[in-house]
Amino acid sequence: MSEKKFSKKHEWVSLEGEVATVGITKHATELLGDIVFAEVPEAGKSVEKEGQAAVVESTKAASDVYSPISGEITEGNKAIVDDPSSINSDPEGVSWFFKLKIKDKGEFDSLMSKEEYDKFCKENPN
Amino acid sequence: MNQQKTALYEVHKNLGAKFVPFAGYEMPIQYKDGVVKEHLSTRKYAGFFDVSHMGQFFLEGDDTLTEALEKIIPADLKSLKINHSKYSFLLNNDGGIIDDLIVTKTNKGFCIILNAACKKNDIKQISRFLGKNHKYLLNNDLSLIALQGPKSVEILEKLLPGVSNLKFMTGNNFNYDGENLYITRSGYTGEDGFEISISNKKVEKLINFLISNDVKPIGLGARDTLRLEAGLCLYGHDLNEKINPIEANLKWAIAKKRKDVGGFNGWDKIKILLTNGSEKIRVGIKPEGKVIARENTKIFSADDSEIGLVTSGTFGPSVNAPVAMGYVKSNFAEIGTPIKLEVRGKKYQGKVSELPFYKKNYVK
Repeated sequence: MSEKKFSKKHEWVSLEGEVATVGITKHATELLGDIVFAEVPEAGKSVEKEGQAAVVESTKAASDVYSPISGEITEGNKAIVDDPSSINSDPEGVSWFFKLKIKDKGEFDSLMSKEEYDKFCKENPN
Repeated sequence: MNQQKTALYEVHKNLGAKFVPFAGYEMPIQYKDGVVKEHLSTRKYAGFFDVSHMGQFFLEGDDTLTEALEKIIPADLKSLKINHSKYSFLLNNDGGIIDDLIVTKTNKGFCIILNAACKKNDIKQISRFLGKNHKYLLNNDLSLIALQGPKSVEILEKLLPGVSNLKFMTGNNFNYDGENLYITRSGYTGEDGFEISISNKKVEKLINFLISNDVKPIGLGARDTLRLEAGLCLYGHDLNEKINPIEANLKWAIAKKRKDVGGFNGWDKIKILLTNGSEKIRVGIKPEGKVIARENTKIFSADDSEIGLVTSGTFGPSVNAPVAMGYVKSNFAEIGTPIKLEVRGKKYQGKVSELPFYKKNYVK
């Protein structure tokens, strides 16, 4: 049974045991527009909470994807690198960005719930 | 600062436009379909673009007007026939490009289409050469609509019989709803199409006709990907006052007669460059793989010496790959030359590529 949380930078995290899966939210993809490039981290790389971990680019601009949580990358999703447009079609499903082994569950617990995130998006539409 | 709005602002809003400030105007960057779909539907069917932010500058006068304009524009305006258009530029004393433009010969003089961000300064620069007997007007009562794509001619012919007879880079007057329209067969996408100068009062009616024929609205986002695939320059990015037409690889746009005889701003310098070539030159660039080399990406040679800078770069939906343009040292300009592009601190392979990335279908 996994639990899903959200960051203010529009990433989602789903936690199963010690392994978190991170992606960008549907709301983020709507702000970005058509995604045409993605870069994901290699396994073994350490990431800090709110540190830059991946890159996503739309036709207009490049954006960093941050890890909402510290840990060690166990896998980057090569499928989104090969087909970046899949991030638009299924951002919170098959098109996750990376998985990592977390260090501190407290970081996860402090992220927003779905309800809190939806409210946050409404108050911060851009 | 307060942004200006075009006559179609509310129409764009109702069509679901996302707006951005651009050259002092509130302009649609994209609509509901998004950049890629807008781009592809323009290439496959047709799209319309509100480009009313661009300057529609009308000049009236006799032969002395032609002579005056030839001092700042290196086109052969004396030989330009009525209703014929040329791509050209305004040049400064160093041969730098003040703006790029389309000039059309009219019954009474000329009409020049100017970039929105430059139009105020352009008029200042042009008027320095004008005499008392020359009249000029930046007409803000007119909108400008580009209709682009392979179905454009079929659709517009239904509304305005005769437009199909226009050849690329020519124009004419047409009657629409009791009003005179001026239409040229031209555009900025690499597709067949038209640019329609129409009063702000009638423009919404024209747009409704286009929408009823399934023509989609296209924002600035897709306008940029379309023009870059077509290898066309964007002023302020690929061109500026410090770049001359030889460096910009646009010497074809300087009339042959003018190259020989001169008599325009910057000719002293351009004359030398025409013989000796320039140190740097604009080229097409294809990065390998999917990485996008955007504006200001550094370009390196195969042996890692820095040779230039990207001036435009994006993903080209029709070529289904990243595309870019930039300036490199002239000895690296040959098509196929391997280069490296530094993106986010890492060097990626690329090649100097032929322009356009996407082949044009103009009706000649």
